[in-house]
Amino acid sequence: MTVTAFETGPGASASGPAIVSLNRISKTFSNGTVALKEMSLDIREGEFLTLLGPSGCGKSTVLRIITSLTGPTTGRIDWPLESASQEEHELSFVFQEPTLMPWATVFGNVWLPLRLKGISKKAAHDRVMEALEMVGLEAFSDSYPRELSGGMKMRVSIARALVTKPKVLLMDEPFAALDEITRFKLNNDLLQLWETFGWTVVFVTHSVFESVYLSNRIVVMAARPGRVVNDMPVDAPYPRGEEFRTSGVYADYCRTVSQALHAAMDANDHL
Amino acid sequence: MTIATDQNRALIEAGTDAVPLDPAELRKARSAQIERIGRWVLPVVILVLSVILWDRICVWNEIPHYIVPRPGLVLDALIQDWPILSQALLNTLRITFGALMIATFGGLALAILFTQSKWIEISFFPFAVILQVTPIVAIAPLIFIYVDSVEAGLLICAWIVAFFPVLSNTTLGLNSADHNLRNLFQMYGATRWQTLRYLRLPAAMPYFLGGLRIAGGLSLIGAIVAEFVAGSAGSGSGLANQILEAGYRLNIPRMFAALILISVTGILIFLTMNLVSHLLLRKWHESALKQES
Ligand SMILES: Nc1ncnc2c1ncn2[C@@H]1O[C@H](COP(=O)(O)OP(=O)(O)O)[C@@H](O)[C@H]1O
Ligand SMILES: [Mg+2]
Repeated sequence: MTVTAFETGPGASASGPAIVSLNRISKTFSNGTVALKEMSLDIREGEFLTLLGPSGCGKSTVLRIITSLTGPTTGRIDWPLESASQEEHELSFVFQEPTLMPWATVFGNVWLPLRLKGISKKAAHDRVMEALEMVGLEAFSDSYPRELSGGMKMRVSIARALVTKPKVLLMDEPFAALDEITRFKLNNDLLQLWETFGWTVVFVTHSVFESVYLSNRIVVMAARPGRVVNDMPVDAPYPRGEEFRTSGVYADYCRTVSQALHAAMDANDHL
Repeated sequence: MTIATDQNRALIEAGTDAVPLDPAELRKARSAQIERIGRWVLPVVILVLSVILWDRICVWNEIPHYIVPRPGLVLDALIQDWPILSQALLNTLRITFGALMIATFGGLALAILFTQSKWIEISFFPFAVILQVTPIVAIAPLIFIYVDSVEAGLLICAWIVAFFPVLSNTTLGLNSADHNLRNLFQMYGATRWQTLRYLRLPAAMPYFLGGLRIAGGLSLIGAIVAEFVAGSAGSGSGLANQILEAGYRLNIPRMFAALILISVTGILIFLTMNLVSHLLLRKWHESALKQES
């Protein structure tokens, strides 16, 4: 294997300073499952980071800890770029399922994060429509979720995450349930938005191809206990398109990442 | 997109220009239409047939009218006794809807209280179950001893019968909000009130309406049963009392007339609840959507 564990390549360091810093995070659930053990990770401002690993290695748990939905058993999370007084971190979350409210229109669903902050429908209108335009759904603001296709529902879910203008976007296998053609389309649109707005993205997937296509840094995790086993840059320039998907560089990266993933899974066979 | 659908419609309207449906689809369309008509026609036909049969049985077996009256006699009673019966009907309706109101809002409020704290639910849910499983005819005499006002007693009885489905269904509904959506609300720092207002109550709506549909019928049953137990006479008396009184006088046609009024009331309550439920849910809930395959 060409890439050694915990190596920090030049491509990765091209991004800014750490925006989220996980320091020796461990998480043990009350039933005794050790989901994470001594995991350290600096997520740098502006990078597109993918967490890649087999099912059950603790990827979702990492995201839930970053959002404070659950606390770490031991270890610390720092937000070095934020003042200590800041109560809410400017982050958004996209689930694997669209997770829309079926009783609300597309507009109502995207309005939700603002509504919870006490912003009226009228005051939120422009921002909601702006977010819907970003995902190309401005014409569907009055539709109900049941009237939309799977890909469109996912777009609504992304618009809802974008409406608060987050700095960090956490995505937990957002496209895993979609067909491949829709997934490619959403991959491209997501990349385009990321290049325009420069958020920090933490993207969880178990697809090697998706991780290489999207990200400029891939963190490979292993299970039982969940930990980082590899941290590698993807030094291909953006914008990436079909020519990247069919290039030799892409294939090489896929092979390397795939080997790293298999090494991570093999590590468990000895346990 | 609108252009495409307009074209489709034009094609269908033009008929001959459209691609003809294959036999299987045609058969499907025809059977759907037959079902639509049958849904209304069949129950009416069966009803009319059974009334005719009832009449014929009375004639063929020479059953005297003070045992089983012929349908015509019942109709006469309905028309002639209408001043008395309509007053009784109004009284019964007042109790029924009063109880339904209290059951609805009481059940809803209790369900919300239950979901705010697990401990409240654990402490008080057994009481709700006890009230539910004890037959109302067994409790009613006690209630009429302790409560002076007959009307209040009737309301309490009907309420006891009707509130449980609202309570248990709504509690279930409030707890059934999507797990990820709850996480999302938590992530955006939603207050307890916001989570209730924007997430749990809408999610509970189909369950609540299901409970309401049952409660509607039960409050009528509760009102009638309580009145039988109370045996109240006078100006406040309802349909159950008409049945009792007519029974003492062997005025069987009037008994039947009162019985029919009760049934019709129950059917109307059921249909109203269905309509309300459909109107509130048709935009988004599976149960109210037209089947499309
Ligand atoms: N609430 C929980 N209680 C107990 N165990 C859990 C809980 N959530 C996750 N786990 C366990 O922790 C491990 C990591 O889970 P998760 O972070 O969901 O993995 P991934 O997202 O990588 O598939 C799994 O073994 C899972 O069974
Ligand atoms: Mg997961």
